[in-house]
Amino acid sequence: MSTSAPSRSSGKTLGKVTLSPGGLRRVYRGAGLVLLVVIAAAFVLPILWTVSTSLRLPNESFSNPPSWLPTDPVWSNYSAVFEQVPMLTFFINSVVVTGLIVILQLITSTMSGYAFALIRFRGKNALFAIVLATMMVPAQTTIIPVFILIRYMGLSDNLGALVIPAIGGAFGTFLMRQYFLQMPAELAEAGRVDGAGHFQIFSKLYVPIALPPMATLAVLNFSGYWNEFFRPLIFLQSTNNFTLPVGLVSLQGNFGTGSISVVLAGVVIALIPSVAIFLLAQRYFVEGITAGSFR
Amino acid sequence: MTTVPARGGLPGARRAGGPRPRPHHTPAMRQESRFGWMMFALSGLAILVFTALPIVFTLLLSFFTWDVITPPQFVGFQNFQKLASDTAVIHSFGVTGLLAVLIVILQIVIGLTMALLVQQRKSTWARSIFRTAFFLPLLVSAASISIVFSYLFDTNFGVVNYYLQLIGIAPVDWMNSPAGATATIVIVAVWQKLGFVFILFVAALGSLPQDVLEAVSLDGSGPIRTFFSIKLPLISPTIFFAAVIGMIDAMQIFDQPYVMTKGGPGDSTTTTVMLIYRTAFQNIDFGYGSAISVVLFLLLLLLTWMQFTVSRKWVFYS
Repeated sequence: MSTSAPSRSSGKTLGKVTLSPGGLRRVYRGAGLVLLVVIAAAFVLPILWTVSTSLRLPNESFSNPPSWLPTDPVWSNYSAVFEQVPMLTFFINSVVVTGLIVILQLITSTMSGYAFALIRFRGKNALFAIVLATMMVPAQTTIIPVFILIRYMGLSDNLGALVIPAIGGAFGTFLMRQYFLQMPAELAEAGRVDGAGHFQIFSKLYVPIALPPMATLAVLNFSGYWNEFFRPLIFLQSTNNFTLPVGLVSLQGNFGTGSISVVLAGVVIALIPSVAIFLLAQRYFVEGITAGSFR
Repeated sequence: MTTVPARGGLPGARRAGGPRPRPHHTPAMRQESRFGWMMFALSGLAILVFTALPIVFTLLLSFFTWDVITPPQFVGFQNFQKLASDTAVIHSFGVTGLLAVLIVILQIVIGLTMALLVQQRKSTWARSIFRTAFFLPLLVSAASISIVFSYLFDTNFGVVNYYLQLIGIAPVDWMNSPAGATATIVIVAVWQKLGFVFILFVAALGSLPQDVLEAVSLDGSGPIRTFFSIKLPLISPTIFFAAVIGMIDAMQIFDQPYVMTKGGPGDSTTTTVMLIYRTAFQNIDFGYGSAISVVLFLLLLLLTWMQFTVSRKWVFYS
């Protein structure tokens, strides 16, 4: 925005000459806009195609040219996907798993982040270094021992296998600590003078003002665990325990290329909660991206 | 300079305590210490059991063979010796590296171009529309979108080949040829993660010193020269950061090849994580799977270490 101001002023002084810096700049800008629109379209069109094809008759789903806009919508695919696979079960499983992880991580991360920022305790710096180090561990490389652990805990093919290992989050702890570090220590002093205990100071004074980073953490975890595929694929075996991404892939496998409109209806259903949360909390998403880049 | 890589460094750990903790003598201090442990206990237990110990166990398991049925057997370095001459493993690292490099380069080039172009837009609503367009793919699960793209890139019925034919290009054998399958996976991965890189670059470009840019512009420097001689050097830490984070992420690629190509044709898109998955969970060879995991882990650790050391150096210079 602000970079455009100087370009306009230089265009004014040299504007009479053909292909002056100002004129050239206008050409650049026009070409830039075209490129921007084309690439942005390439990012939106696959989703548009998914929505419009999910609303076409199954036997027309592969007919070309594709219709990009959902004209004459056919809703039968949406009822079909619930009849042909336990879509409602997948959906409920996803809601339960994602919901529990989001809530539990909010609790644990807020508590531990607060402790690391504002409480003095023995071994704190060493523990925080360990937390930071585990933040860098890619989950894929430790999946084998976690799988064995899950089996010994009797949790294989159980939704708990997804929830329990995700109760504590190194990233959430880090995110909350960073926020609490900026909080005034006077708040705790004031609470202490009023005779509040440690936990009361935390829950009554600090948690209410820590809602923005909690929202960021919730939104990030929602999007990460709602879309998760690798762990559910390994930990869950029976169809009735599948979450949406694994369920949809199994649905695609069953149908081959037969009725893609029905599969795409499932994809759209899985996407709706994500889009809804994005629209409600877009700000926290963007903050989460820049915060998420610490990982 | 940009704040993102600057904050990525570890030294935050040193600031943690504020004042240096004194010996825990008074009852009040002991109480505070106990409270701190209590607050950390839940997170700490979960992180310990499900992240910290599994690293140790992966390393230990890599010295055993274990098929779950018979008890694990210690084999020393045998898994690693086998791995060093196993063409499937070496090939998977080649496949993964190629995919990761292609994905990262395209993400950065397209992401940076888009960030520059969006920055030129004056109206806020135009900016937010474009931002949403690049952001939308981040909301879709990689598994779902791989299903969608496998339809779009279908050789006979796909939309992509239909339009290619309209402009006179013969149908491309997308998912059934090694080059086509690689290209398809790269396209999906770039499509999905571009929003992340884009947001990073928008933030970095927004934090450039305006007085310098104005001075350069008054001197008559055109947009292309301004970009290459001023903006690019100034945002180079962000580019490096995006490259390393992107590499770490892309080296773990699994969902897209699993759904779209099953690692094929042949093993042309069998990535390292796919190989770990097959070795451990289909052939039930936990020891060998762990050995491959250890190698991947060390590679990713090296990338993380690079990110820390190099970004710290840059932060110092600015």
